[in-house]
Amino acid sequence: MSIQTSLQTSATPLGRDDLARLVARDIVPGSFVNLGIGQPTLVSNYLTEEQNITLHTENGMLGMGPEAKDEEIDGDLINAGKIPVTELPGASYFHHADSFAIMRGGHLDICVLGAFQVSATGDLANWHTGAPDAIPAVGGAMDLATGAKDVFVMMTLLTRDGVSKLVERCSYPLTGVGCVTRVYTDKAVFLIGPDGVTVRETFGCTFEELQALVPVPLVPFKEKAAGAAVGV
Amino acid sequence: MLNFIDTVGEAVSGIKDGSTVMIGGFGNAGQPFELIDALLESGATDLTVVNNNAGQADQGLALLIKEGRVRKMICSFPRQSDSWHFDARYKAGDIELELVPQGNLAERIRAAGAGIGGFFTPTGYGTMLAEGKEARLLDGKWQVFETPIHADVALIKALKADGKGNLVYRKTARNFGPIMAAAAKHTIVQVSEIVPTGALDPENVVTPGIYVNSIVKVA
Repeated sequence: MSIQTSLQTSATPLGRDDLARLVARDIVPGSFVNLGIGQPTLVSNYLTEEQNITLHTENGMLGMGPEAKDEEIDGDLINAGKIPVTELPGASYFHHADSFAIMRGGHLDICVLGAFQVSATGDLANWHTGAPDAIPAVGGAMDLATGAKDVFVMMTLLTRDGVSKLVERCSYPLTGVGCVTRVYTDKAVFLIGPDGVTVRETFGCTFEELQALVPVPLVPFKEKAAGAAVGV
Repeated sequence: MLNFIDTVGEAVSGIKDGSTVMIGGFGNAGQPFELIDALLESGATDLTVVNNNAGQADQGLALLIKEGRVRKMICSFPRQSDSWHFDARYKAGDIELELVPQGNLAERIRAAGAGIGGFFTPTGYGTMLAEGKEARLLDGKWQVFETPIHADVALIKALKADGKGNLVYRKTARNFGPIMAAAAKHTIVQVSEIVPTGALDPENVVTPGIYVNSIVKVA
């Protein structure tokens, strides 16, 4: 592990798997982690045994293992996305109120979620487009966003129309207020804190090119600016 | 009073029109399909149903909704790739939806069983699901007042019951079972196995029999 002291830049944007690998690498060993449905689930592919991470699933389990295959498939053992999974040695089961007490009570170190939008102050919008004909469904998104000590978001920086999803103020209905601490995107990693939005790394663009895409004032990473060094 | 009942039909026969019914399960895990089928068969209607979801595919809760027996759903995640019966009813304006963040749903159910009149929770603060609700700054966090969800009946699924109604579950099929058993006035449980009293290790009982009213074994 080395300590990063300045903004890092790579030549190309990150693909989904590269991004998942990066998030996995940043998870502190020994952490209790909840991975959201969709892209965040990919992170589990890159967690190493040495990291000793315990995965939580909202439907009542700690110590969740990889997706179940063939004869491992058991309808009573599923994850939040209702996909059959496996249990690891040391796993535990508990009822739903306990499972959400684990989130709300601040016992989870990190959750990784997808997002429609994240604001400069860490507001998250990831559950509802707000379209009048859309059937709203929230699941555990608000509980995770509010409860986990750190909320990491994984998303593409831009919409299909090229609009930044990192915004001054979310236009989609909120999931949580001021809850996101980091945003991992294909073009950059952003740290959100009391000092504003700090860019830790860029991928396939310079800091200036990134700033031109994002309607939020950005600060390049420096040890001082971020308040503390980030282990990488 | 604990009763061991021979058939699922008999077990649900007392459920009246207009009842609030909690149904265990998260997706299909822990969903008491046989009890739900019996409820459908019973003809009970105008129901308020509490479940995490709003039915999947063409089975269980989805069929109750399809047949127009459900007046209102209280749930966290109604929209799924195979929730077409709920989707159709909702879009037609035939079913009321109270959407609740999943942890608030669980805690509101737990509160009902625990005799709690309401609680403040940070979940949902500042979102449209907290609109119109009282909020207070507590422990440095804005929190929203939520009320318990009571039910007339709970239909749940467990793995085993003993002669005292003590229950154990299986893996993630436990989910809402224990808290719904406590929250409802009358709890009906379908189990795979009934074991003699004393056969369950008291240290491992998950739902004590005091919360259970009717048990029916389902093959």
